[in-house]
Amino acid sequence: MEYFVQQLINGLTLGSIYGLIAIGYTMVYGIIGMINFAHGDIFMVGSFIALATFLALVAIGLSALPLILFIVLLVSMIFTSAWGWTVERLAYRPLRGSFRLAPLITAIGMSIVLQNFVQVTQGARVKPLPPQIQGGVTIMDGMTENGRIIVQLSYMQMIIIATTLILMIGFSLLIAKTSLGRAQRACEQDQKMAALLGVDVDRTISLTFVMGAGLASVAGLMFLLLYGVIDFYIGFLAGVKAFTAAVLGGIGSLPGAMLGGLLIGLIEVMWSAYFTVEYKDVAAFSILAIVLIFLPSGLLGKPEVEKV
Amino acid sequence: MAEAVMEAAQASKNHRWKTDPVLTVEHLTMRFGGLVAVGDLSFDVGRGDITALIGPNGAGKTTVFNCVTGFYKPTEGRIVMRHGHGRHDELVEEITATDRQYSIEGNSAVYLLERMPDFVISHRARVARTFQNIRLFGGMTVLENLLVAQHNPLMLASGFSISGLFGLKSYKDAELEAMDRAVYWLEHIGLVDRADDPASDLPYGEQRRLEIARAMCTEPHLLCLDEPAAGLNPRESADLNNLLRFIRDEQKVSVLLIEHDMGVVMEISDHIIVLDYGVKISDGDAEHVRSDPSVIAAYLGVDDEEEIDIPEVREDMHSVEELETQAAKPKPKAAPARKSKAASTKSAKSASDANRPAKMRKPAKPDDLKRISGVGPKLEQTLNGLGIYKFEQIAKWKKAERDWVDGYLNFKGRIERDDWVAQAKEFAREAAKAGRSPSSRKGGK
Amino acid sequence: MATTSIKHRPQSNIFAESLKDAAIAAFLAAVLGFFFLALRTDIATGGLVLTTRWGLYFTCIAIVFVVRLLLNIFVFRSAHPVTETVGNAVGQLAARSGNAGKWFMRGLFAFAIVLPFFFTIFFPNQDRQYIDLAILIMTYIMLGWGLNIVVGLAGLLDLGYVAFYAVGAYSFALLAEYFDFGFWVALPLAGALAALWGIILGFPVLRLRGDYLAIVTLAFGEIIRIVLLNWYTFTNGPDGISGIPKPTFFGLELKRGEGNFADFFGIAYDPIHRFIFLYYIIFVMAIITNIVTMRLRRLPIGRAWEALREDEIACRSLGINTTSTKLTAFSVGAMFGGFAGSFFATRQGFISPESFTFIESAIILAIVVLGGLGSQIGVVIASIVMIGGIELLRNLDFLKQIFGPDFEPTQYRMLIFGLAMVLIMVWKPRGLVTTREPTAVLKEKKRIGADMVAQGEGH
Repeated sequence: MEYFVQQLINGLTLGSIYGLIAIGYTMVYGIIGMINFAHGDIFMVGSFIALATFLALVAIGLSALPLILFIVLLVSMIFTSAWGWTVERLAYRPLRGSFRLAPLITAIGMSIVLQNFVQVTQGARVKPLPPQIQGGVTIMDGMTENGRIIVQLSYMQMIIIATTLILMIGFSLLIAKTSLGRAQRACEQDQKMAALLGVDVDRTISLTFVMGAGLASVAGLMFLLLYGVIDFYIGFLAGVKAFTAAVLGGIGSLPGAMLGGLLIGLIEVMWSAYFTVEYKDVAAFSILAIVLIFLPSGLLGKPEVEKV
Repeated sequence: MAEAVMEAAQASKNHRWKTDPVLTVEHLTMRFGGLVAVGDLSFDVGRGDITALIGPNGAGKTTVFNCVTGFYKPTEGRIVMRHGHGRHDELVEEITATDRQYSIEGNSAVYLLERMPDFVISHRARVARTFQNIRLFGGMTVLENLLVAQHNPLMLASGFSISGLFGLKSYKDAELEAMDRAVYWLEHIGLVDRADDPASDLPYGEQRRLEIARAMCTEPHLLCLDEPAAGLNPRESADLNNLLRFIRDEQKVSVLLIEHDMGVVMEISDHIIVLDYGVKISDGDAEHVRSDPSVIAAYLGVDDEEEIDIPEVREDMHSVEELETQAAKPKPKAAPARKSKAASTKSAKSASDANRPAKMRKPAKPDDLKRISGVGPKLEQTLNGLGIYKFEQIAKWKKAERDWVDGYLNFKGRIERDDWVAQAKEFAREAAKAGRSPSSRKGGK
Repeated sequence: MATTSIKHRPQSNIFAESLKDAAIAAFLAAVLGFFFLALRTDIATGGLVLTTRWGLYFTCIAIVFVVRLLLNIFVFRSAHPVTETVGNAVGQLAARSGNAGKWFMRGLFAFAIVLPFFFTIFFPNQDRQYIDLAILIMTYIMLGWGLNIVVGLAGLLDLGYVAFYAVGAYSFALLAEYFDFGFWVALPLAGALAALWGIILGFPVLRLRGDYLAIVTLAFGEIIRIVLLNWYTFTNGPDGISGIPKPTFFGLELKRGEGNFADFFGIAYDPIHRFIFLYYIIFVMAIITNIVTMRLRRLPIGRAWEALREDEIACRSLGINTTSTKLTAFSVGAMFGGFAGSFFATRQGFISPESFTFIESAIILAIVVLGGLGSQIGVVIASIVMIGGIELLRNLDFLKQIFGPDFEPTQYRMLIFGLAMVLIMVWKPRGLVTTREPTAVLKEKKRIGADMVAQGEGH
């Protein structure tokens, strides 16, 4: 029981990160109907920017950790957003209205570019960062036949879950209430019509990428703090899993992306805890396949009716 | 044998669909979620006839087509396709009792289409179809389109690609034969000169004809055409009529077509079935249908949106509603008798209404659905067409219904976004509170 | 930063705009590059340290500025963009239905036949390297042709093609390890196994459309790789399988010693023989792939594939069993992937899961799409450009003289590959060769422009 609760907490923490990345996938898919293959790598770029900022701030002598983290969060969001914007501008916008495979190919190309750009400029070796936030709250403390097990909710996990919650709420409000959100939903429906009605489609799509990248950078920062190790390749797996989350939740649906993220995080952690660690990625990939085959509209998505 | 056939044909000159149907549809019902698109529909298609399925928009014609050709699985009902003359009633009952899809005995065969997947229907039961929005293989040449249609015989001739891969003569002969058939049809639709052009290069009218020729290349016994005359100019329309006659008279292929254009239908059809709101309101030859008051009413009904502004018509409509409420009480079997010529049009409206399943009938006091933001007059009408008149009906929608209506109205998510259901709930509650104010109609937005 | 070409503007205006645009681009490069070019995190004693590289940073910004300015002047804002001219030339060269295109292809084919001798005669010092590169390119051509059946003809977007490549390679390697099978015996078995896997993996996913299909095939590809990686007792896991036998020439082995190839024919032993032999094996295999594909295209099954790409619903209405049609496309494509995999295993003599990552799938797909979907010659051109061009980086030693001895051009391989993918796609979204040749002709063969041809499901 204690073990289970601990895994549950760990799963939710990991799931929050996946959820934040998944939002980027789901929004982009919703608005232009493409899988932004490079999104996982945007997350990776975000984590590298966060790392560099962190080190720079420490180097100039800042010592208050909350302040540092706050600045790191802001800086990495802004700079990663710039990356998101640029990727869209260079690789996707020129192909808008072109045939459907083209942006998928450029997305894969962009993914390769980002990975290798980071590898070339920052080196291929992993970057370890010692844990910055330590300690936590003990929730359970019990004896089992295997000995004493303490269930702990670390401050780190609290921060991750809380930040995710705040971002999710803020973001949902943004989409639901602002004119930007309305423009986004209009573009999702019908880009031509939206353009005719005075919505700046290009700008709206750009902003979608910017927001997605911003959230991914937060995920990148959290990943960095939680695991303390990043390399240029983390984007691929995290990206595929986050995409799985988006599909599982129902692609195009924001709450769906978050729900899917949490589920994927839980499944991955539970699978590692109770079955095998080696095959945890197989679990994620299998879920992706199973969901797409049997529940293509996901948990909260809208099914498509075949028009004859 | 031949004489007997001649006799049978002679004896049933007028009602061939009764004695020698190529297709019978029995008690066909198609529900999407809680919505009835086609309700308990039965009709026969005569062998060698051109049969037309007509009715206003949203009458469920295409749904019937999709059920017949296997693209939808009907909720209930039986669809029987017959090869060879006669009704084979016993055989039909026999295989219905088993779980078989079809039975072939010598020259005749019986197929239960509702049990068969779409491609098998085309391949075995030999029902070919065209589509409302033309579905040609646009990037392939005209000739290739016609060759693809002969896929199954060619596949067999190519030894499922094995012997074909080695270029055996038997396949080459089969391909030449297929080319001959393609050229034969190209000659009949006047497109020989364009055989090597991509299909999407053709003008609209020629694309329509090519689609028909492509369907004919599958050597069907029944050809189903979904609005073949839509978007054609008068000249092309006349060509189409000739082509259809050629298919019926020379190719001996039965034709079932959906059509909007009454002119086309009346001119060439041997048999006309009129649908409205998924229910059959008239069935007979052109003469019969032309003079059937319920048909006239249904067709008037198409335009009632515009006419509703004319005071007399509004009054008329009002009296129809009253008539209905009276009629609804005893038995909806036959609508108010046709007392006078003047009343007949009005009553016909309710006659068509009375044919519908109870829950789809128009209630005494329909709500003003236009109050829901996102619903305009046109949409209200369409919703009424689906049998939705009250807020509480919409309020009860679950995901399945919502998605279906979304798809039906071609909306994609709008219902959810505008949140019709919550709005309807609100209005329904309001209405219940107000004790059903008689005139809740206010200007639509 | 408008990319639309603004024509008929005063020259000075264009220049001013270009300058402004280039400045914006340079600013953007400064923002994007700051954390990657100017700063670098490295592991040092006592944790991570941050180093700065201002020189690199400003050089890169300057390069972006200049390149953007030149692009603006000569391409984006020019009335006659250079790219347009080049593009038209390339397009005409490759797609000309007249003699030039045909002769170009024949010339290429003739060169491919004599290629090993060409290199042994004219580049005796580097022949091994060039023939090896030719083998690599030919392998990708074969893989591209195999995938072209699935993606180009049937319109099924497969991002997990490398799975079948892996199945083929591992089939041969395991058959050789456990049953002592030789290359020629194992080859058909490997192809059959890959085809079988094509059916097994294809069956559940074929009703998915477009990019969903892509992502599921990606997942399957990764699953197979992870299983190969972790099933240690069977596949030897990450250590891979080594000692995979070399192919024999009608029973003659190509190595030094009595009774072997060189000895049998009475010629002096030369290790290059083995490379030439491998080259001809893959060349013949690729040509067979091409012939089979071209023949299948003209058979009903091939037409059904293309029809499926155009309109699946219409196919069903014509009595075509779309499931089995898709499965044949999948399994035929997988089979050729399996053959290529076997060849890969025998060429390397060693395989491990590392050779079958997603990036391989992406490269093969990129070759098919960049070459122009459904175009056989396009695959050849794209393979030569992408694989050959990238491998040439290894030879750019002169760059070391410019950037210093630490400069290692090969580490930029994938970066350049990715950039090329993006640039070519943006420049020619339909690929290099974009016309489709009809499979049956009544009177006159006309090529069909790309704008007519559909690109697969869900469009």
